[in-house]
Amino acid sequence: MKIKSTEIVDTFAEAFSMWGARVIVTAATRQWSQAAAQSMTGFATSVIGCKCEAGIERFLTPDETPDRRPGASILLFAMDKASVGKRLLERIGQCIMTCPTTACFNGLDGEESVQVGSQLRYFGDGFQGSKKLEDRRFWRIPVMDGEFTVEESFSVRKSVGGGNIIILGTNEKKTLAAAGAATRAMGAVRDIILPFPNGVVRSGSKVGSRYKALPASTNDAYCPTLKAVTESSLPADVNCVLEIVIDGLTEDAVKQAMAAGIQAAAKPGIRQVSAGNYGGNLGQHKINLHDLNLG
Amino acid sequence: MPLLLRQIAAPDVPMEADNITPDRLTGQGAADVERLAVMHGSESRSIGDFFSAAGSYDGVIDLQGDDLGRVKFIGAGMSRGTIRVEGDVGEHLGAGMSGGEILVNGNATDWVGPEMSGGRIEIRGNAGHLTGSAYRGASVGMTGGEIIVHGNVRNETGNAMRGGLIAIGGNSGDFTGVNMLSGSIFVLGELGIRTGAGMKRGSIVSMKDAPLLPTFSYSCTYRPGYMTLYLLHLSRVFAIAEEYLQGSYKRYCGDSVELNRGEILLYAG
Repeated sequence: MKIKSTEIVDTFAEAFSMWGARVIVTAATRQWSQAAAQSMTGFATSVIGCKCEAGIERFLTPDETPDRRPGASILLFAMDKASVGKRLLERIGQCIMTCPTTACFNGLDGEESVQVGSQLRYFGDGFQGSKKLEDRRFWRIPVMDGEFTVEESFSVRKSVGGGNIIILGTNEKKTLAAAGAATRAMGAVRDIILPFPNGVVRSGSKVGSRYKALPASTNDAYCPTLKAVTESSLPADVNCVLEIVIDGLTEDAVKQAMAAGIQAAAKPGIRQVSAGNYGGNLGQHKINLHDLNLG
Repeated sequence: MPLLLRQIAAPDVPMEADNITPDRLTGQGAADVERLAVMHGSESRSIGDFFSAAGSYDGVIDLQGDDLGRVKFIGAGMSRGTIRVEGDVGEHLGAGMSGGEILVNGNATDWVGPEMSGGRIEIRGNAGHLTGSAYRGASVGMTGGEIIVHGNVRNETGNAMRGGLIAIGGNSGDFTGVNMLSGSIFVLGELGIRTGAGMKRGSIVSMKDAPLLPTFSYSCTYRPGYMTLYLLHLSRVFAIAEEYLQGSYKRYCGDSVELNRGEILLYAG
């Protein structure tokens, strides 16, 4: 299959079942909500090293937030429900509560939930209070600029992590441009995040290593510098490879994002768009590139 | 089709109509409903002596009459369904209710929603004393749910309240939130005197300045994070001015004769 001059490799992305949550953070200005959101989603690229994967889904206008202030929607994923709860507690406590003027709300419907505000409230040292409006309880923690409002519990839902596309280009400039176009296109898709820097990762990994302590190591088959010394997956004229990893609340959302990314990345100078997998032995979700709605 | 109860005779003395609730009327035909008992003073009478019934209960009871002011305990103990009242209602409306909704297109008198734990009461007119309160001798009043009064209320609104929301579109009398334990009272109009006397926790909010007891101390002027959430919620039934959503509030802590963990928030502009 080809889109323009770019070959879409007949392979699949191997994705994993994860648990996800959506956090709505608001603040007095867009700048402060962005600062809080960036802080909370920092060091959250890969669950292997960061214990969770998180990103800013999109920024919200005052009309879209519970308290009519500018905000950001954040998605956070981890391998199980309890881990999502722990990471939310850490990151909301350290990154949102600390940021001036912020408030923090659950942004997901779901039957299962984890406790966050009800744990963070102890920071109030007995001066905290709560408000229950209909079925939702909000904790009010006194802080130096007034009070931090945080929802008691956050819904969590089974999600999909590790959807991906791999862009194989003839040079760095064209591959970066294609990756940028792909991430911009993916940004229009709801319910997903791209957890790596600017949505792009260069250090794709394979399972295992010659060093016993490491669970993963560089994906040598996709490293252009190793074409001469390893069993390479790269065509001869490919000199740069970049990957985009997608985590989503649903498999459909991940598929939509992959399709949008592939279409945007298919440009002159991009030889192939492929996907990473582990032979189908590890992930619960196999997303065939040729089955995507590529128009 | 809703069950329609139309008043055909006015009670001479106060009547206790605690059978007029969705919980009691589910599955009853009109004739069965008319046979249910009500207390008319000290006499046991039937609903049919005062109301004609039509239709059957489908989740909604329509109650209509020109003289319902002596009909007490409408919706008492209800846990589901809806009661719609055209006209004024008597005391103890929705007493102890745990769910469902009562809508009154008229006025209510004293004891609206005493000790209710859930559900919703909306009064389009005024209400009397002790809205959402504890009965005399009880230590805890309303623990959950919502009471909305579009007009004014009289004294001791939210007496010993421990949860839920009371919102008053007009003015509130004296002792609003007296002995309050928790929960929220919003008064868009003016508060009377001795607001929050003896309160331990909870919030009393007013959009007007108010005379406060000396046992309440000013803390700061700020914008509470939850204020917009509540005001947006109330904007479904009240016209909430944009300045209230965006504005700051003076926070007074009290009552210092008790825990001093309650708050009175007065709109500051």
